[in-house]
Amino acid sequence: MKNLKLLLFSLLMTTTLLAQKGYDIGDVATDFKLENIDGNFISLSDFTQAKGFILIFTCNTCPYAVAYEDRIEALNKKYASKGYPVVAIMPNDISIKPGDSLAAMKKRATEKGFTFPYVIDREQSIFPQYGATKTPHVYILEKENNTNIVRYIGAIDDNYKDASMVKTKYVENAVDALLNNKEVSISKTKAIGCSIKI
Amino acid sequence: MRFFKYFIFVFLVFGCIPHQKELEVYDFQGIDSFLHQKDSKVHVVNFWATWCAPCVKELPYFEQLQENFEKDVEVLLISLDFPNQYETKLKPFLKKKQLKSKVIVLDDVNMNTWIPQIDSKWDGAIPVTLIYNKNKRQFYPQSFTYDELVNEVQKFLN
Repeated sequence: MKNLKLLLFSLLMTTTLLAQKGYDIGDVATDFKLENIDGNFISLSDFTQAKGFILIFTCNTCPYAVAYEDRIEALNKKYASKGYPVVAIMPNDISIKPGDSLAAMKKRATEKGFTFPYVIDREQSIFPQYGATKTPHVYILEKENNTNIVRYIGAIDDNYKDASMVKTKYVENAVDALLNNKEVSISKTKAIGCSIKI
Repeated sequence: MRFFKYFIFVFLVFGCIPHQKELEVYDFQGIDSFLHQKDSKVHVVNFWATWCAPCVKELPYFEQLQENFEKDVEVLLISLDFPNQYETKLKPFLKKKQLKSKVIVLDDVNMNTWIPQIDSKWDGAIPVTLIYNKNKRQFYPQSFTYDELVNEVQKFLN
């Protein structure tokens, strides 16, 4: 009995630790139903024509996220029609960052002319499942038998300061590879970002 | 009168210098030696930025640590502020806070190269802190209270 308890406890601990760690490459990513800036609720399953997604945890208030706004919009313009739309999720607690409220998100999206959905993880229940820790934080998902498989985790490219100085476009390379049925050669990258406010 | 003019000139030239403290800006190669000092002190290296609220919140604890363990501990604050905000944000912040700990600035876009070199567990969110001496080092991807910080530093002092 004691052993059983210990076993159960260990299992529980392992599950908890795994849950905290978030997704790795090859894992099945969860779908969600989150409110978009237009008031509608969005799920990945709504995108019946999509081959996959460029899912980006981002916000209004982080300077790194702001530095990438135009590049995120450019990704959507380039890849939505090819089957990889951008879906942006704002993960911060808005009581800590009022500048990330749905109204503020809507205002920013209008100013910048975002053409992608910009949804809010109001309950903060989705980003921990993915294991997102900062903004911006990208997950590229590939649709496979009605599930979404994680194929890339990390940064958008290798120069946050200057889009014209970028040497490696991590996200574009990964999506291009997936569109050509090739393996993603760089599937994980690291970059400085703002911690998600909880 | 001439003397007076001279006095004004000298005053203008030299009087401004202490306030015009220049930032020490390095690329990753440049900060590497700060991360591997072989003296007898405990080195506490904190990565922060003025735009990072939890970082700014814990700065006073690092200051307090530097003050209370002046002989044995050396705190280094590495700012990751954006170059276009050095003048508008970072310099005014440093002037206002009058930090006692040494502050340097890291400006290196090759993050995917240097972040894992600091610690393989670091995914890029800040604040993070590195504590090391000549025998051991530990990486802390977390915020600190003063007590937690002292507690960790004590492990290196004993």
